Amino acid sequence: MTSRYTEYLLQAEPNKFEVSDLKAGEMLLNMGPQHPATHGVLRLELITDGEIVVDVVPHIGYLHRCFEKHAESLAYNQTLPYVDRMDYLAAMNSEHVWCMGVEKMLGLTGQLPKRVEYIRVLVAELNRIASHLVAIGTYAIDIGAFTPFLWLLRDREHIQRLLEWTSGSRMLYNYIWIGGLYYDLPIGFEERCREFIDYFLPKLDELDQILINNKIFIDRTAHVGVLPLDVAINYGCSGPMLRSSGLKFDLRRVDGYSVYPEIEFDIPIGQGLVGTTGDCWDRNYVRAQEMRESLKIIRQCLHRLTTDYKRSPDFDPQAMCPKKIRPKEQDFYFRAETPRGELGYYFRATGKSDIPFRCKGRSPCFSNLSVLPEIAKGCMVADLIAIVGSVDIVLGELDR
Amino acid sequence: MSFEEIQNIIVQEFGDSVIVREQPQDLMPYLVIQTDKIAAVCAALHANEQLYFDVLSCQTGIDNGPEAGTLEVAYNLYSIPYNHHLCLKVVIPRNAAEESLPVVPTVSHIWRTADWHEREIFDLVGIRFSGHPDMRRILCAADWEGYPLRKDYEAQEYYHGIRVAFDEHNRQNGFKGENWRNN
Repeated sequence: MTSRYTEYLLQAEPNKFEVSDLKAGEMLLNMGPQHPATHGVLRLELITDGEIVVDVVPHIGYLHRCFEKHAESLAYNQTLPYVDRMDYLAAMNSEHVWCMGVEKMLGLTGQLPKRVEYIRVLVAELNRIASHLVAIGTYAIDIGAFTPFLWLLRDREHIQRLLEWTSGSRMLYNYIWIGGLYYDLPIGFEERCREFIDYFLPKLDELDQILINNKIFIDRTAHVGVLPLDVAINYGCSGPMLRSSGLKFDLRRVDGYSVYPEIEFDIPIGQGLVGTTGDCWDRNYVRAQEMRESLKIIRQCLHRLTTDYKRSPDFDPQAMCPKKIRPKEQDFYFRAETPRGELGYYFRATGKSDIPFRCKGRSPCFSNLSVLPEIAKGCMVADLIAIVGSVDIVLGELDR
Repeated sequence: MSFEEIQNIIVQEFGDSVIVREQPQDLMPYLVIQTDKIAAVCAALHANEQLYFDVLSCQTGIDNGPEAGTLEVAYNLYSIPYNHHLCLKVVIPRNAAEESLPVVPTVSHIWRTADWHEREIFDLVGIRFSGHPDMRRILCAADWEGYPLRKDYEAQEYYHGIRVAFDEHNRQNGFKGENWRNN
């Protein structure tokens, strides 16, 4: 039975494949728009032959919030709250990228006080851990393990409280400003943050035991959804998705922005320890290892913030914030590493106004998800859930 | 490799005329390439052993507005092994309301990531890509009218009986929305 509304729906989001395209024994199946494995609204149009997935077509755009149109009608600093809402699991990282991009156009790069830069890196890495905790935790749910999810979200709560203490909100911070920060760290933050590190390191070992090295987890994810390196590069994959395929490529090292060149950390890559390089297990392994590296970075930031760049009464985190943000006429593309990969902003400044003429957000999930049909063809329907979850998409950023 | 050297390699292979305009001084230097040659130039840049641009970082469609009368597509290329950056652009005339959409050759056979990026440009800016395998809208609904990132875009009044514009609501609540700079 097709009602009027079904007809509207089919006009608005038509399937790519018709029933007449199917071979004998094949079935057209919709997964989503709402599905527990997709963190946001995503419809997957599947062609299945029994339990085998013959073809997948992702349909996106349900959350399209017109970020680019908004950014083209608001001044650079007014867009910051919208930037938070793109990747709501890693708002600090998105803010950091946006601010660094605008600062680069204004010629402010390298002139900010070191304390500002270290605080930025500190909060961004805290948020990276929080984001990976959600990624791994919800992934565990996707494939049927419930306890790790609760444990990881319990640990994430500590980070959220730290960041709430710093900025006043739990998820959408608006803390990093163009040319500075909203406010200095609250008094006592360094001690609390050290306590958190000491608390969290054993929890990471626990995570390895309960999930990453768990036999059931390995059986579900090893050799599943293998993404070869050349395909990953060709599809523009980035972040853990690219690194799990075996390439040591991290924009924090390659571009060396902010104070990352002064900080020691490793870049974990997927090596196929229990399966094939670039499978679902590797992607989660890389995320789990990245949390350890982020802890290293946080530790070094805290060290520098309590020795070289100490808190002082005359430190004003907003001192360098420009009154008028008016970059000269140019096009500029700035990219940096967020938990999900390369986030880039393409700006066109006219030189006459505070509002960008054109602003495109190049989100990592967008490219990461586009590879899905390539790696999901021929897998089982149950494995498709494992593959979609391991991409770690945030639809708010994908649709913008 | 510097911007000039990359430019020289392109000139050697395709001749002087392929580069319409160059902008070497900017923070992000770029080349404007002849529209019909862009796919060939990209393929050469991807295959050239000295350059090896294996990543298409970003592809952006830009509308310069009805006064300027042009549309642009910007390609941000990156080479992982050599750490080169390059920005290429094509500039094409803008179509009037009734004319058919302007066409640019696709690069999705070189970098598969361009597949979705070009669909997005088609969806939001209104540029067709010839040779693209699957030119459908990606973010807006398939029966949406107009191209939202065009500078003279006006949203349709009703979509399947749903009122689209929120201006009345905004005015009543004192929110100026997208038109705040005109007020």
